[in-house]
Amino acid sequence: MSNENIIECKDLNKYYSGVHALKNLSLKIKKDSVVGLIGDNGAGKSTLIKILSGAHAPDTGHIYFEGNEVKFKSTKQAMNLGIETIYQYSALIPQMSIARNIFIGREQTNFSLGSIGLMKSKTMDKAAMDALNDVELHLRSPDTPVNQLSGGERQGVVIARAMYFKSKVLILDEPTNHLSVKETNKVLRFVEGLKKQGVTSIFITHNLSHVYPIADHLCVMARGEKIADLAKEDTSIDELTDLLVNG
Amino acid sequence: MKNNRIKSILMRPEISTFIMFIVIMTGFFIANDKFLSPRNIRIVMGITPEYIIVAIGIAILMISGEFDLSVGSVFALVPMTMVQLVHQGIPPWFAIALGLSIGIAVGFVNGFITLRFGIPSFIATLGMLYIARSLTTVATGGFPPPFPHSLPNELFVFQFEVFRASLFWMLGVAAIAGIMLHRSNLGNWIYATGGDTGAASSMGIKTNNVKMFCFILCGFLAGFAGMIQTFRIEAPLPSQGYLLELESIAAAVIGGVSLFGGVGTIFGAAIGAILIRFLESGIIMARIDAEWFRAGLGSLIIISVVFNTWVVRRGENMVHKNNAEEELKDDDSSKEKKDEA
Repeated sequence: MSNENIIECKDLNKYYSGVHALKNLSLKIKKDSVVGLIGDNGAGKSTLIKILSGAHAPDTGHIYFEGNEVKFKSTKQAMNLGIETIYQYSALIPQMSIARNIFIGREQTNFSLGSIGLMKSKTMDKAAMDALNDVELHLRSPDTPVNQLSGGERQGVVIARAMYFKSKVLILDEPTNHLSVKETNKVLRFVEGLKKQGVTSIFITHNLSHVYPIADHLCVMARGEKIADLAKEDTSIDELTDLLVNG
Repeated sequence: MKNNRIKSILMRPEISTFIMFIVIMTGFFIANDKFLSPRNIRIVMGITPEYIIVAIGIAILMISGEFDLSVGSVFALVPMTMVQLVHQGIPPWFAIALGLSIGIAVGFVNGFITLRFGIPSFIATLGMLYIARSLTTVATGGFPPPFPHSLPNELFVFQFEVFRASLFWMLGVAAIAGIMLHRSNLGNWIYATGGDTGAASSMGIKTNNVKMFCFILCGFLAGFAGMIQTFRIEAPLPSQGYLLELESIAAAVIGGVSLFGGVGTIFGAAIGAILIRFLESGIIMARIDAEWFRAGLGSLIIISVVFNTWVVRRGENMVHKNNAEEELKDDDSSKEKKDEA
């Protein structure tokens, strides 16, 4: 972990048809750290990640990425800068193969007319397997449809994809939801591995026990506000639980 | 490993359609050995390309997750427009271009209404089914016009020894569509959009643009195929392509295209369309009352989808079983390591 901030948010506000979903939120995220963003349903976690990932724009406030102010107009823009978001339900296309999934929207092509071209399937297959090996995920074939993988393996594929495209920040939205204990541990190991490779991750969850062991920093949200922002060594699981429950 | 490869091939739904195709063809051949005579193949393959072209357009649109019920009406409207424009004194090639752009325009309107207002394409294109059919009838002015022989119809339907020129046009369409869908990144976006629109757009794919492209392509191909039919029979009929929308969807579904999007191939849709035409011919050749064709088609739709689902599920179970076995092996080997330690 370095002392440099990779992302800094200042006074973000967001309203959804009259509902004040995010209230004056300011947040600093250090480079190469794992930040646990915790809060109950409706705490504003999703709103915050939608803004950071470029899906929505804040009504007021500023976002700085590597020290420069950014205003995202699309998720693609955020992705190009190196902020990749993994949504809980919709990160992979179940019927499509692992290799195709890894390269969705960023296919390698032989030539292109406008943005359309013929895909280099073999190169992509090989790169996909290498990317999976990099996150210690050993799957049989890049042609396997994603719907034949377990939940943990799917998260592994998504993380491999983010790594392959040299993401600097990975936002994980409830990556351990609906996973067995064994699978959850797999995903936590993937996230720990990210830190070693110089990727900052923001791990969103309402399950404190999942993120606590791997987080460097914990941020608690409630009712659209940040109610605590603590380094792990300054807090305890009991204090955080109390904050989560009593807000 | 080799076993896995065979299984993954078996899991492709168009393969089970192909098996069914062989079985049905053999059955009719046994019932009447003239079924596969050059004469009969010539008759069936003379008309089939038109249906295959429509089925390809429908299949691509269905893979992207949408429907088009207006293809039957566009199939009539486009050639009717061409013929009437020629009668108005417009040069034939220009009339063809204008006619085909009507197909493109209908596709665009279908897409625009569906995507802009967020309504099911089933409804938007059902409306268009009636509108386009009505326009076709109005365009006849009450009486089907004669076919103007200044139109270059031989280029599209010239009868060679066994096949018509339309077969080669169809092969061209299928080759381009196949490369686009299976080899290009645009094809990848089409599958992604139909498989999970939310996931595709979170990966930066402009899913509405992808769907719009498929709507337009479908309208264009329906019009192009309708033109070939009119050129073949040399009579623009306002009733042309009646119920074709359902038959095209049937062809796609028989060929393994999913109703829910994200699954299907060009090859499957083409086989589905060919199967329907040979089924029709086979029933006649077997001296069964032709009225049984629809019952046969209905049964074929149901049987093929049940069969596809069964084959795919069986393949999946095999893979899962393999996975489970390997995981057990992994556990065993890790245990052994522990024991050694």
